[in-house]
Amino acid sequence: MTIKGKAYIAGIYEHPTRHAPDKTVAQLHAEVALGALADAGLTRDDVDGFFCAGDAPGPGPATMAEYMNLKLRHVDSTELGGTSYVAMAAHAAEAIALGKCNVALITLAGRPRSEGMATGTTPRLRDPNQPEAPWEFPYGLTTANGYAMCAMRHMHQYGTTSEQLAWIKVAASHHAQHNPHAMLPDVIKVEDVVNSPVIAEPLHRLDCCVISDGGGALVIVKPEIAKKLKRPPVKIIGAGETVKHLSGGTFDLTTSGAAKTGPIAFAEASVKPADIKYVSIYDSFTITVLMQIEDLGFCAKGAGGKFVADGNLISGVGKLPFNTDGGGLCNNHPSNRGGMTKVIEAVRQLRGEAHPKVQVKNCDLAVAQGTGMQLGSRHCSATLIMERE
Amino acid sequence: MAERTIPSPIVSSENEAFWKAAKQGRFTVPVCAACGKAHWYPRAICPFCASDKIEWRAASGKGTIYTYSVMRRAKEPYAIGYVTLAEGPTMMTNIVDCDFDKLRVGQAVTLVFKETEDGPPVPMFKPA
Repeated sequence: MTIKGKAYIAGIYEHPTRHAPDKTVAQLHAEVALGALADAGLTRDDVDGFFCAGDAPGPGPATMAEYMNLKLRHVDSTELGGTSYVAMAAHAAEAIALGKCNVALITLAGRPRSEGMATGTTPRLRDPNQPEAPWEFPYGLTTANGYAMCAMRHMHQYGTTSEQLAWIKVAASHHAQHNPHAMLPDVIKVEDVVNSPVIAEPLHRLDCCVISDGGGALVIVKPEIAKKLKRPPVKIIGAGETVKHLSGGTFDLTTSGAAKTGPIAFAEASVKPADIKYVSIYDSFTITVLMQIEDLGFCAKGAGGKFVADGNLISGVGKLPFNTDGGGLCNNHPSNRGGMTKVIEAVRQLRGEAHPKVQVKNCDLAVAQGTGMQLGSRHCSATLIMERE
Repeated sequence: MAERTIPSPIVSSENEAFWKAAKQGRFTVPVCAACGKAHWYPRAICPFCASDKIEWRAASGKGTIYTYSVMRRAKEPYAIGYVTLAEGPTMMTNIVDCDFDKLRVGQAVTLVFKETEDGPPVPMFKPA
């Protein structure tokens, strides 16, 4: 049993807003849903499967299904943090393969920027029943310093430098200059990153992603429906998901869950990293990208610093074009969750609809890779491999 | 330099023995009587063998810094880190009573309890 070839991504939509004080979260969900359905050439009446995660208001599927007046026979509210939507694309393919639904809608939206959320730099106690809370909350764990501890250990273990990490932001900025919606559209240099203020050592302000409002949606359909639609068909051919955690106090913070989900997805797709033409890699921070690139097998473990340097991630320049929309580092990070836009830009690349300045030639195989929650403690990883037909 | 206020840990039935010892200045780690392994963070079920025969044993308070990060963005900067205990497991903590600029991975550290807002003291570490 496999999802390979059982479902197609037929519709995508990324909300153009980056600041939405005049809209509600539910409204943004509905707008991206309608946008993706219009892109696919389908309507709300065609949707029989709905997927949303922790960013959806209230209890999620019930609230949003009612708001949009959907008539469903399959629902899924998998919560894997920012990578939920990468995993949900695979879950939608699973549901379609089993005949549970024909047209799956996946939505994401949120407004952390309008709500003035200190997203990455304030300790947050989400739930006092979390068994790890007593052992973490007093120490001031934030999003930024958790990821920073991974970077510090990676530097110690492999000699990775701040300048090498900076190249990841520089590459993203080269792509963002062509995206009219990008929050940070200016091309920057390595010096700009390493001279920006330190947030959590060794990460600088420009090692971090942006904070933005917005959202995105995907429509995933069964092959018979995809064939009737006008958009270029993008086939799902492999996926993997996992949770990587602290394993009772015996862990390696230089490795992400992608070390597990990458091989699972590549095996299902029957392809190897060298076959991949384009990658969307979740970029909450520069270190997030570096570790996932290594763990997916695009270079040896520990060699990521050298691999990402000197423009190797810039489309048309380097060997592994990544995040050609500018990614979370320069474009947007709606609801502090970057998985959705990772899938969307991969689909644009496979359709040949990325900006001409960043479009990868003959882009027939792409990966979307996401890391949700906290790389420095417990996180969820999802890998999705897609093929242009 | 002002030091940040440390939030109180959440005391539960699963960890109250640890906090009781901490109030007396004793640092203990959970060790499984069935498989003999120490684990962190502490829990009632051994993460390695799933036994519920967990004992709180006196620990040396010695360890080395596995990694750390100085939170410069905070109003009162602090160093969060992971320390690998002599007893085996690696735990999240703060590195305190030190010059942040001189911290390094692999450095030897020793336990110090620090007062919290209104709860039991929490285990932190300072250079040995």
